[in-house]
Amino acid sequence: MTHESVFSGFGGQGVLTMGMILGYAAIFEGKEVTWMPSYGPEMRGGTANCITIVSDEMISSPIISKFDTVVALNQPSIDKFEKAVKPGGNFIYDTTTTLRHPTRQDINIYNLPAGDITVELKNTKVLNMVMLGAFLKITNVVKIESIWKGLEAMLPERYHKLIPLNQEAFMRGYNTVTAYKPVLV
Amino acid sequence: MGEVRLMKGNEALAEAAIRAGVDAYFGYPITPQSEVIEYLSREATKRTGMLVLQAESEIGAINMIYGAAGCGKKAMSTSSSPGISLMQEGLSYIASAELPCLVANINRGGPGLGTIQPAQGDYFQAVKGGGHGDYRLLVLAPYNVQEMADFVKLGFELAFKYRNPVMILADGALGQMMEKVELPPQEPRVHIEYPWATTGKPKDGPRRVITSLHIEPEKMEEINLRLQAKYKKMEEEEVRYQAKNLEDAEYIFTAFGLVSRIALKAMDLGRQKGYKIGWIRPITLFPFPKKIFAEVSEKVKGILDVEMNSGQMVEDVKLAVCGNTRVEFYGRMGGVIPTPDEILAYFEKMFIKGE
Repeated sequence: MTHESVFSGFGGQGVLTMGMILGYAAIFEGKEVTWMPSYGPEMRGGTANCITIVSDEMISSPIISKFDTVVALNQPSIDKFEKAVKPGGNFIYDTTTTLRHPTRQDINIYNLPAGDITVELKNTKVLNMVMLGAFLKITNVVKIESIWKGLEAMLPERYHKLIPLNQEAFMRGYNTVTAYKPVLV
Repeated sequence: MGEVRLMKGNEALAEAAIRAGVDAYFGYPITPQSEVIEYLSREATKRTGMLVLQAESEIGAINMIYGAAGCGKKAMSTSSSPGISLMQEGLSYIASAELPCLVANINRGGPGLGTIQPAQGDYFQAVKGGGHGDYRLLVLAPYNVQEMADFVKLGFELAFKYRNPVMILADGALGQMMEKVELPPQEPRVHIEYPWATTGKPKDGPRRVITSLHIEPEKMEEINLRLQAKYKKMEEEEVRYQAKNLEDAEYIFTAFGLVSRIALKAMDLGRQKGYKIGWIRPITLFPFPKKIFAEVSEKVKGILDVEMNSGQMVEDVKLAVCGNTRVEFYGRMGGVIPTPDEILAYFEKMFIKGE
């Protein structure tokens, strides 16, 4: 099985880290993984993203344009990547700062108020973990325990005290994400 | 099993350089390979005492390598296309002076300053000489992050075996992407007294001179003949390639580097549709694996070569098959990566529907 996903948001929201944690989790399960960041002249206020592919077999190209799952952390990412979901694929986004919601009928759309959750958790930096939780709930690409191992591998030891907070954020996302049906106008 | 990490190709190459006991790195930042000098600046000196220096330019960097290599040190650099162009004069001098070194080109789209996205437009430059004069680099083409690491040690072994510059020809995607990599064990930096190294006049021997200047034509021709004999030996002993499904193949997909993975996927898709496709990936671009292409050319109906350029390696494929079979080319340029579907569609257009 191969799962092709992209995580997208503002620079600083931790989208590249989401892909890396998933990548490490996949490695711990003996899977193949490629992680490809967007690199280039990105505009301030624009989006950063990383394409993360997890597979049981060798992955051919790390750069693709259609995805099984898109995770969007901000409005520009929703606008940019809605059309990049394969028919029947998943689109997961944060509703907290969203004005324009996705409208496609041929994909599965899920959302959650991830920004609000981070306010409840009193740390807005864990937004990426909330969204990663939502991603895993929908896709089941790896086991939750592997994500914990990935977190540990990713975080420098001096930050390991933050692991419980990150796990809580992840589980809140995991348990909160719900399906969304676009309203036809 | 060694230590397994999730790393960018550039980082894996840098980490492998530290672990291979490299003595010196000289470089200049350029996207998409700047992570190499960034990583080495942070890690290398404190771990092995390796010298890491940002030169004033790529021209400075390659000439620093010339000097370090002349002392018998393991010296290397990395850059991307425009920076590698600046190094060509130095590489020609190093090849002529018969010194070992390793240079990696994380190829980006060109010509000119071009784009920072991945490309393979520097094949000719890497394989056919690049600089002036009759010289060759031994060129290795990794196709995943693991080989970005593995080819550092291999590259230095070959560079010292032949006293010749070795180039790792990768592309921007291989430099930037993260994959699982199993790291080699740390090897110590060792000082070896080479009989050719200019480390001071030996008491009981003549002065050692390293130069690429030989005014006498006879002397210069002698050097040339020695170089050519060396390149011939490389062609006999160092050819490396990987192949799949050749047994029953009626067609061959061939590509190097990252694109060979995409061609492999295209082969799988083609086989699902019933086409008997095989796959050859040259690992050494010079020496080119001529023999295997000559062998399969007797059996197959055609070869499709895929590259991220306008058709460069395909010339070596054609030379190797010598008109025995049809050779077609599919390429994307300027930083665009072909997809497996695209490759298969082109194959069907050229070889199946045309029949």
